Amino acid sequence: MSRSKTDFWVGLFVLLGAAALVFLALRAGNLSTFSFAPTYSLTANFNNIGGLKAGAPVKSAGVTVGRVARIDFDNTLFQAVVTLNMDQSRQFPTDSSVSILTSGLLGEQYLGIDPGGEEKDLADGERIQYTQSAVVLENLISQFLYSSADKQGTASSGDDAPAPPAEPAMTPSGQGTGAPASSAPASGAAQTPSETTPPQSK
Amino acid sequence: MSALVSLVSRLGAWVIGCISATGLFARFFVQLLARSGIALRRPRLVSQQVHFIGNYSLLIITVSGLFVGFVLGLQGYYTLRRYGSEEALGLLVALSLVRELGPVVTALLFAGRAGTSLTAEIGLMKAGEQLAAMEVMAVDPLRRVLVPRLWGGIIAMPILAAVFSMVGIIGGWFVGVQMIGVDAGAFWSQMQSGVDVWNDIANGVIKSVVFGITVTLVALYEGWHARPTPEGVSRATTRTVVVSSLAVLGLDFLLTALMFGN
Repeated sequence: MSRSKTDFWVGLFVLLGAAALVFLALRAGNLSTFSFAPTYSLTANFNNIGGLKAGAPVKSAGVTVGRVARIDFDNTLFQAVVTLNMDQSRQFPTDSSVSILTSGLLGEQYLGIDPGGEEKDLADGERIQYTQSAVVLENLISQFLYSSADKQGTASSGDDAPAPPAEPAMTPSGQGTGAPASSAPASGAAQTPSETTPPQSK
Repeated sequence: MSALVSLVSRLGAWVIGCISATGLFARFFVQLLARSGIALRRPRLVSQQVHFIGNYSLLIITVSGLFVGFVLGLQGYYTLRRYGSEEALGLLVALSLVRELGPVVTALLFAGRAGTSLTAEIGLMKAGEQLAAMEVMAVDPLRRVLVPRLWGGIIAMPILAAVFSMVGIIGGWFVGVQMIGVDAGAFWSQMQSGVDVWNDIANGVIKSVVFGITVTLVALYEGWHARPTPEGVSRATTRTVVVSSLAVLGLDFLLTALMFGN
């Protein structure tokens, strides 16, 4: 085979390999979801993050506005500290609340931000006060079982197996000080600002 | 008593043989690397080998990839349906291809398709005393014949593995989405959310490069050290397939444990 013809076929072969890699990276992989836009970071404390992983999307109204950068454990509060990288163009009020949600029944877990009503926006490095932990299926089931057992127990005899108080799904996240006590967040009916006393203690 | 002594000494000879074969293999690799400058000085030698090793292997790689993708789609659907999560079919097909099946199956086919031809070519050159003739003409056969083939294999193998994975994913898509009727949006979006570019795809490429080095090196080594007889060449060709396949499978386990072990 002539020299230039070989060159042509080798070039075509290499191009095919490059096309295959691009296909894998963009169509099968998550390269297309990477954004090189400037970001700012926020933190949020959770009692339980369930199966949340670094790299999970942060969504508001279903639109991806950032990603989970890092997950640490705070050894004094015994809480998970989640660091978020938010798009610089997406700003949220200081009383926004963040919750761990699941896409579908058994899908991946992601963070959902509900914007609040404050005038001021969250700045780089600030902490989101209102958080809602992941729903742990076992806790839900045990809650249900205990409450139904409780009903039966009062109907029949013994109180030798007292049901523990059902743990509320929403708990205050941090023991920090400057939480606003007045302005309730948008979906704040069930949420407790961190200043109020936790229901378990005292 | 003498039977026992001969048994022990045969064991000792076997161990020494293993060690010296490992040493020879490592020296062979170092010799080839030390002479690799020719690949840059005369790149056309390498591109000829890429053509011979890569382009001619493309058909078998594409067809195998397509059918592996078909089977993954069918079997994955059958298993996932039990858990009601057919939408994860795309993720299953893509992850198994990109991380494991793409590099490994390509390397096995590559050993059968390109490795054997390299061994037979070098072995016959040796049997026909062409290599000796080159040395007489003051041309280093390691440098002129073996180095371009080594680099041709190292370049061709990752490209073939990437093509294999791509065609396999398209095959899985064809069976899953077109034939069975899994939702196309869920197929692709679950795949994209689950396959990481660096953790999965880049590690798969690293694997395929390592396998390319292994298979090509084993093939060249066996050809270079073949006995210069028809029987010797045929044995060397067989050994190429056996040794490089086993090496690929063993290395794959090691690399997987290192890369995805945490």
